[in-house]
Amino acid sequence: MADRLHVATRKGLFELVRGNGTWEVADVQFLGDPVSAVLADADGAVYAALDLGHFGAKLWRRDPAGAWQELASPAFPPKPPDADGDPHPWSLGKIWVLEGGGVAGHLWAGTMPGGLFRSDDGGESWSLNEALWHMPERRRWSGVAGGEQPGIDSVLVDPRNPADIRIGVSTAGVWASTDGGISWRNINRGMYAEYMPPELREEPIAQDVHRLARCTGYPEIVWCQHHNGVFRSEDGGVTWYELTAIRPSKFGFAVAAHPRDPDTAWFVPAVKDERRIPVDGKVVVARTRDGGQSFEVLRKGLPQHHAYDLVWRHALAVDASGERLAFGSTSGGLWVSEDGGDSWTMPEARLPPIAAVRFAAS
Amino acid sequence: MPTVSFTRALERFLPAPSTVVEGTTVGAALAAVFVTRPALRGYVLDDQGALRRHVAVYVNGRLVDDRTGLTDPVGLHDEIYVFQALSGG
Repeated sequence: MADRLHVATRKGLFELVRGNGTWEVADVQFLGDPVSAVLADADGAVYAALDLGHFGAKLWRRDPAGAWQELASPAFPPKPPDADGDPHPWSLGKIWVLEGGGVAGHLWAGTMPGGLFRSDDGGESWSLNEALWHMPERRRWSGVAGGEQPGIDSVLVDPRNPADIRIGVSTAGVWASTDGGISWRNINRGMYAEYMPPELREEPIAQDVHRLARCTGYPEIVWCQHHNGVFRSEDGGVTWYELTAIRPSKFGFAVAAHPRDPDTAWFVPAVKDERRIPVDGKVVVARTRDGGQSFEVLRKGLPQHHAYDLVWRHALAVDASGERLAFGSTSGGLWVSEDGGDSWTMPEARLPPIAAVRFAAS
Repeated sequence: MPTVSFTRALERFLPAPSTVVEGTTVGAALAAVFVTRPALRGYVLDDQGALRRHVAVYVNGRLVDDRTGLTDPVGLHDEIYVFQALSGG
């Protein structure tokens, strides 16, 4: 089970370590700076993306020996004259998600305004996935609610085949490549968008995929927290069916998939849509253990009285055992469970607003 | 030759000392700095080579006009200041 947890916040990167049964802050980096994404890679390296208000998106790596260094940031190529009609900027806004590429040193970065970047050298250099960026349909991607730019929020690499990739886009549905990113298709069917006119409700590209999570042991099982519902796919993100049993609400951002049990996943529901607060001011986690046929509402150890913590897309994580979970909130609340979500404890810290949490790889 | 000075706020991330460089425009002077300090470029300019939205550049106390082409002229004894625009929280 993982004994280390990385927490990316609006004011720095916090590392918590478990000792004597409690979790404590053991290290703080980038104090005062917004950290938008964090990755604890399988090789022991830790990557942190900064979203500096004045100076742009930056990327840092901590090697397994513990030394931090700044890396090159992903950058868009020069915008050609014939791209004037592109509604989205050719300039990196924010690194939203970092994922290992399934091969040592290979990384993917999902960004706003919708660029997917790849590094084959541990983040030393990055290149835009031009195949995806140049697809005509990409100009129909739309902005994340509250923002103008689309963002790639999820990158799922098939653990059996690193060339098989799914990405989730807010807002453009689910896209797949089976050739390592040479070609892409918008694959999702079965989702619907309540925020679209009736004739566009089922358009694959109109689906606001808040977050995707995949079962490592059964990679064809993919879960989605969508803007207006939770969905599950049993064929790698092509066919989706809605899990209407979700409680206490179907809106939310985060989802985590059990690494081995294909029927278990966790969500953190909230009141939709403009209000974005926990239902009745109670922080809860919804867990299914039967593939989404039913959900338990888990609340032991979570605040149940005037709590207005919202949990962002990347702020819920499960470790490789499936027993340890953590989630963090916009109010800086951080909770850890060591029993699959049955009960939760809060480490002794009042943190800044939390963007992302990640357990160490081992 | 013009002098390029940077906001002290950058020192948290990387060295950014004042530098005397050659160049007759803001863009040329900055480019001369970036030759020796390439990592600094991404802090001042965006992907397309324009000034970052929340970075302000002054020449002798006057805000530059051309934030994308960086064509404002600079003279031999001019002082170029790269500051943070007031924003954020």
